[in-house]
Amino acid sequence: MAVEDYKGVFTFAEQVDHKITGVSFELIGKGKELAKDLGVDVTAVLIGYNVKDLADSLAEYGADHVIVVDDKELDVYRTEAYAQALAGVIDEYKPEIVLVGATPIGRDLGPTVSARVATGLTADCTKLDIGDFPLEAKEGVEQKHNQLLMTRPAFGGNTIATIACPDNRPQMATVRPGVMIKADIKKGAKADIIEFNPGIKVNNKFVEILNVVKAAKNTADIMDAKILVSGGRGVCSPENFKILSDLAEALGGTVSCSRAVVDSGWRPKDLQVGQTGKTVRPALYFAIGISGAIQHVAGMEDSDVIIAINKDETAPIFDVADYGIVGDLNKIVPELTKAIKEYKAAKI
Amino acid sequence: MKIVVCIKQVPDTKGGVVFNPDGTLNRAAMLTIMNPDDKAGLEAAIRLKEQYGGEVTAVTMGLPKADDVLREAMAMGADNGVLVTDRVLGGADTWATSTTIAGALRNLDFDLVITGRQAIDGDTAQVGPQIAEHLGIPVISYAEDIKVDGDYVIVKRQYDDRFHELKAKMPCLITALSELNEPRYMTPGGIFDAYDKEVKVWGRADLKDVLDENLGLKGSPTKIAKASDKVRKGAGEKVTLDPMESVNYIMSKLEEKHII
Repeated sequence: MAVEDYKGVFTFAEQVDHKITGVSFELIGKGKELAKDLGVDVTAVLIGYNVKDLADSLAEYGADHVIVVDDKELDVYRTEAYAQALAGVIDEYKPEIVLVGATPIGRDLGPTVSARVATGLTADCTKLDIGDFPLEAKEGVEQKHNQLLMTRPAFGGNTIATIACPDNRPQMATVRPGVMIKADIKKGAKADIIEFNPGIKVNNKFVEILNVVKAAKNTADIMDAKILVSGGRGVCSPENFKILSDLAEALGGTVSCSRAVVDSGWRPKDLQVGQTGKTVRPALYFAIGISGAIQHVAGMEDSDVIIAINKDETAPIFDVADYGIVGDLNKIVPELTKAIKEYKAAKI
Repeated sequence: MKIVVCIKQVPDTKGGVVFNPDGTLNRAAMLTIMNPDDKAGLEAAIRLKEQYGGEVTAVTMGLPKADDVLREAMAMGADNGVLVTDRVLGGADTWATSTTIAGALRNLDFDLVITGRQAIDGDTAQVGPQIAEHLGIPVISYAEDIKVDGDYVIVKRQYDDRFHELKAKMPCLITALSELNEPRYMTPGGIFDAYDKEVKVWGRADLKDVLDENLGLKGSPTKIAKASDKVRKGAGEKVTLDPMESVNYIMSKLEEKHII
C-alpha cells in the first residue's frame, strides 16, 4: 500500500483502572490541530475491558471517532495484549499518524507496536507540526509535503532535534505529558463509536500478572512533578518553607530546593535541583528566594515556564526567568496561595 | 543460565555537561561512560549469575572505541564481550539499531536478555522493547527487581503509582532501571583480566536473518530534519510591583499559560 493511502490521525487513549489519563486528552487536542492541517479526522483508540462507557469523554475533548477494542485479555495493561490491539487497529484502519502518551505504558507499547508494524517512532516529543521534508527544497531531492515533523530534546535536553518519517506509515510519536494543550471541553458530546477487536491471541509473549501493588511514594519524585515550587536561601528558615508547601499544595505541585537549602540541612538532598542534584523540566518552575547560581540553573532552565521571586533585582535567576518579580517573598507567596485557592474554588 | 546484557557507551551528560562559549555543547570535552541504566542491568545479570550460576555476555554496538565499555563490563564480571561494529551500521535510528542487535543476538544462546531502560544520550527507551519484538520474545520493561524461578523470571515492573509483579517464561527480555541496584566497582584484578580476554568483533556479515535494507542510516524509518544545539533561554520580563500587584501579575501569567 502506498504511503499516501494512509489517512487520519489516531491517538491512543490510555486508561488505567477505568480512568483515562490526562495525556490522552492532550493528544486529542494536538491531534485535532494536525488533522485540521491535513483535512482529516482525529480518532481516539480506546483499549481495555468494559471501557466503552469512557468513549464519550474522548468525544467531549474533540475525538471525531472512538475505536473501542474491548477484550478480557486487555483488563490490566500487558505489553503483548495491548500491542496486538493497537497493531491490529493500525493494520485495519491504516492511519497516517499515531500519537501515544510518553507514560510508562506508552513508552513500552509504542516501541513494540512500531517494530511490529515496521515503522519509525520518535520518543518524548515536545512539539508536533505538519510540514515539508526536507524542510528546505533541495535540487535533486524530492521534497515531501504534509509530513509529521516531530521535535524532541536529546542529550539530556542539551540539543533539540526535529525528526520526520517520510517513507513509512504510520508516523508514530510518543508525546511528553503536560506539553500539549487539551481542547476546550464540549460537555455532553457523544462519541461516534466503532467497535473493533482484531482477536487477542494468547501466545508465548504473554506474561502473567502475579500482583498489582499500588504504592504511595514516601517522597515525591521532583523529576516527575509538573509543577515545582522551589526555595532557596532567601526563604530564610526551614520553618518558612511552610509558605512554599502551601503554594505547592494549592497548585497541585511539589516543593524542591536549591543546594544552599540542602547544605543548611533545611530540606533533604532528594529535593535538590541542580548540577549536583536533579535535572527537572516541569511545566512550571517557581524559583523563590533562589539567586540562580549556574549550577542551579543547569538543573532547571528547561522548565517550560519559570517564574522567579527575589528581592535582589540583580539576582542571576532573572536572566533565565520568563517572569521575574522583584519583591519580598514573605509578602507575595502567601497572598498568591490565597489567590490560587480562590480562583480554583470559583472555577468548580 | 545464559544472560546477554546490551550496553551502550554514551557521553556523560549528567552533572558534567560542558558548553562552548557560544552556548553549544562541547562534546569533545565530555567523558564517555557506560550508560547508567545498562550498568544496572549488567549488575543485575552478574548477581543472577552469582546466585544461579551461568554466563554473562555483554554486547554493544558502536564505533571500534566502544571496546572500552566491554572491557569495563568484563572487569565488573561479564564473561564475554561482543562488539558489533561496521560502517554500514552507522546512522541507525532505534528501529535499525534494534534490528542490528537482534541480528547479533540470534547467534547467541541465551535464557535472558537485559538492556537498560534508556540511554542518556537519546532517552528514547525504544531499543529494548524493539529487540524483543524482533526476536519474538516477551518484554518486561522498567524492571525494579528480578528473580528467577525455574524456567521463569519474576519481575517487579514499575509504573507511575504502582508496580506489577510479572512472571514470564524464558527466554525473555527485561529493561532495567538504574534504581535496580548499586553497580559494583571494577576490581584491579578484574581490569587486568579484562584486557587479557578476547572481545569478539562482529560486522554486517555476522548478523543473522537481517536484510541490508533495514540497517544503518538507509534502513532507518526516522530521519533527522534538523538538529541544533539548544538555544539557551534569555531573560524574560522583570517587574517590580507591590505585593498585591505581583500576585495579580503572576495569576495572569498562570492563566495565559494554561497552568491553572
